[in-house]
Amino acid sequence: MTIRVFPVLSLFCLLLTACGERAQPGDSGAAAEIVLNRGNAGEPNSLDHQFSTTSTESAVITDLMMGLTTAGADGNAIPGAAESWETSDDGLIWTFHLRDHNWSDGMPVTADDFVYAWQRLVNPDTAAPYAAYVYIFENARAIAAGEMPPETLGARAIDERTLELRLETPAPYLPEMLEHATTYPLARHVVEALGDDWARAGNYVGNGPYKLVDWLPGDRITLVKNDAFYDAANVQIDRVIFHPINDVAAGLRRFRAGELDTLDGFPMDQIDWLRTNMPNELRIGPALLIACVVMNQNREPFNDVRVREALNLAYDRDTITQNIIRMGQEPAYSIVPPGVANYPGPVTFAFKDMPYADRVARAQQLMQEAGYGPDNRLSIEFSAGPTQDARVVAAAVQQMWREIYVDTEIVQAEGRVRIANMQSGDYDVGPYGWIGDFNDAYNFLFLLMTENQGLNYTGYSNPAFDALMHQANLEQDLVRRGDLMAQAERIALNDSVWIPTRYEVTEHMVHTYVKNWITNINDENRTRWLSIER
Amino acid sequence: MLSYAIRRFLGAIPTLLVIITLAFFMMRVAPGGPFDGERRLPPEIEANIMAAYDLDKPLYQQYFLYLGRLAQFDLGPSFRTRDFTVTEMIAAGLPVSLRLGLSAIVVALFFGILLGIFAALRQNKAADYSVMTIAMIGITIPTFVTAPLLTLMFGVYGVSLFGLNLSLPVGGWNDGALRNMILPVTVLALPQIAVVARLVRGSMVEVLRSNYVRTARAKGLSSYRVVTRHALRAGLLPLVSYLGPAIAGLATGSLIVEQIFGLPGIGRYFVQGALNRDYTLVLGVVIFYAALIIVLNLIADILYRVLDPRVRYE
Repeated sequence: MTIRVFPVLSLFCLLLTACGERAQPGDSGAAAEIVLNRGNAGEPNSLDHQFSTTSTESAVITDLMMGLTTAGADGNAIPGAAESWETSDDGLIWTFHLRDHNWSDGMPVTADDFVYAWQRLVNPDTAAPYAAYVYIFENARAIAAGEMPPETLGARAIDERTLELRLETPAPYLPEMLEHATTYPLARHVVEALGDDWARAGNYVGNGPYKLVDWLPGDRITLVKNDAFYDAANVQIDRVIFHPINDVAAGLRRFRAGELDTLDGFPMDQIDWLRTNMPNELRIGPALLIACVVMNQNREPFNDVRVREALNLAYDRDTITQNIIRMGQEPAYSIVPPGVANYPGPVTFAFKDMPYADRVARAQQLMQEAGYGPDNRLSIEFSAGPTQDARVVAAAVQQMWREIYVDTEIVQAEGRVRIANMQSGDYDVGPYGWIGDFNDAYNFLFLLMTENQGLNYTGYSNPAFDALMHQANLEQDLVRRGDLMAQAERIALNDSVWIPTRYEVTEHMVHTYVKNWITNINDENRTRWLSIER
Repeated sequence: MLSYAIRRFLGAIPTLLVIITLAFFMMRVAPGGPFDGERRLPPEIEANIMAAYDLDKPLYQQYFLYLGRLAQFDLGPSFRTRDFTVTEMIAAGLPVSLRLGLSAIVVALFFGILLGIFAALRQNKAADYSVMTIAMIGITIPTFVTAPLLTLMFGVYGVSLFGLNLSLPVGGWNDGALRNMILPVTVLALPQIAVVARLVRGSMVEVLRSNYVRTARAKGLSSYRVVTRHALRAGLLPLVSYLGPAIAGLATGSLIVEQIFGLPGIGRYFVQGALNRDYTLVLGVVIFYAALIIVLNLIADILYRVLDPRVRYE
């Protein structure tokens, strides 16, 4: 057998160029087409909004579909599919008047499309992971639990364009809440015909500013402008391409090379370089996100408020946010982050302005009262995430708590193992974070309610706190409601229920030629408001 | 030879079954399930989802359900990606991984064999040492170093030579455009070139000393013909057994290269599937990978016989 160089080479060329000549989708057609390349935080699980659970999905879905309300350029809720609405005196019945607008296939969007969508959402057979988001709708919980048929949901179409929604409790935050993808409508005629395949490229029908062209898994999702969109005249970008970015360091290189116009997130260890070299592209702002350390109050000694307060006092938030995690996060002393709507806050710990040395002295005193001291030290486990960053933070905390007679063992576990342990109550202390679904204090404080078994990892239960929250739930006056919740937060802070550590930030990289990108607490920057001016 | 191939093929079925069974139960031993997030679901919602994916049934029932579907060549739905089945995901990613991996192997073979012969012919001379030193460096520098370095050089900063812009895309597949393939193929090929060069040099040094090569030289054949006609055939034998697993490894994609270059191959499925507890996706990839290795090893054994007349099948 003779090895010939030529066939090997030609095979090589063949492999390399097998598809090389195929035209790029954006290349043909009008030369003036405006294309936006967005670096999305990952690959969506589904474009069916009833199966969307993270911002990875909603970033794409909110360009394709519109709820009763929608996000404005600044992220705040503005009328979307509904032009206007009114509320009954008890705040339980909302009537929405739909805008005269069409699905991308030309059929009109009707009130029935919303009723159909919501019944499908809570139907146990659908098994939608986020169905609990609409538990405030009348009978939703009972339907999801299989106790009532989906038709009993408190939503009905009065006529083609009038929709009535009945709630379990008043919810002044409903307009903000209806901006969320979970509540979006479905084109009944399409979903009934195609079933679960309706959200695939080629089938997808939406009422949003863009249409789905294709989705190549792991590669890109392409959308083009929907000319049937009611406000299409003001949509400037013709084509949006979402690129899944699983490695932010690689994403940043693609951003710097100009392959991406925007990027969600950036590597933490490059923040100093970015601040110096790309200050105009770096977009950081307050977020609906609180990071904290939770303590397992079903376990000794975390059922002792003195121990919880001591751990809280000795956790040096300034060191963490200034020297370790330096993305612009602020040290946190409350449960509800600042800037949350309809809230008088921030309600903060009394020790917020105390110098750190005094905090440690007070913490030592509390620990001694609880029976610990230099000769009788407390040993606890800190269950940290698997990353290097998590280890560095945990090591810093270990050092801080050493001062107050606490020996901390850091236990690092892979993400799902750690979560499973924490959910089954098998942990001492560990970091936790919550991203608000909508801009309202209730969406943070409800985490601590006794009845919220699923999300209240701490096992915290205080009847006074619960009573105030229930009272706030029935209150329609936004100011009084805010005050009630602030009182509840005060109780929770006095109980040292969490160690709030830092208010997280929204993190994006946006090239300066992308205009009208407004950094906002809702972290909503929809393509329909953006333009490109080079 | 055909009966040999059929026997080997049938013998692979129990092996595959053992692999599937082990992988199935090992995945389930890991704590946490596909639908556990930091945001815990209400119990009734969790129950609905478990029922929808048959996760509420006893484990042995799930196992037989899975085997039943597998017998119909259905790898099942992904537990995470709802809009694509496992088969669709592998079908979408495989051509990408294959193109990249096979291109890298071809590049590696071409340069590796050339360098290996070159070094063997100049054994223990300066040229030999320098080639082998470079090869050593190629093996030891990991891809997660070469890939970012090359992207910074050719993409972010840009390279131009004699006024010619040699800049390359930093990432993306772009439907397999040649420009997008150059950097990832280079990164994948570099360590393989080194391995191939070392293998070829080693065996060539031995072969060049053997009697039949001396005979060929004595017949007055040119050095070129001695190498290409006689020495190379025997000298490439160790390479053949190396190539089976190497092709399987490269063709099933590399997580690191795919993440750094943002490529839609199947390399990431295994690791991300495992982290997400996407049971069916991990199993699908394991089955695919196992089958590929079995087939490639079989091909390697058959090639062995073509190259070396002393090898006989029993």
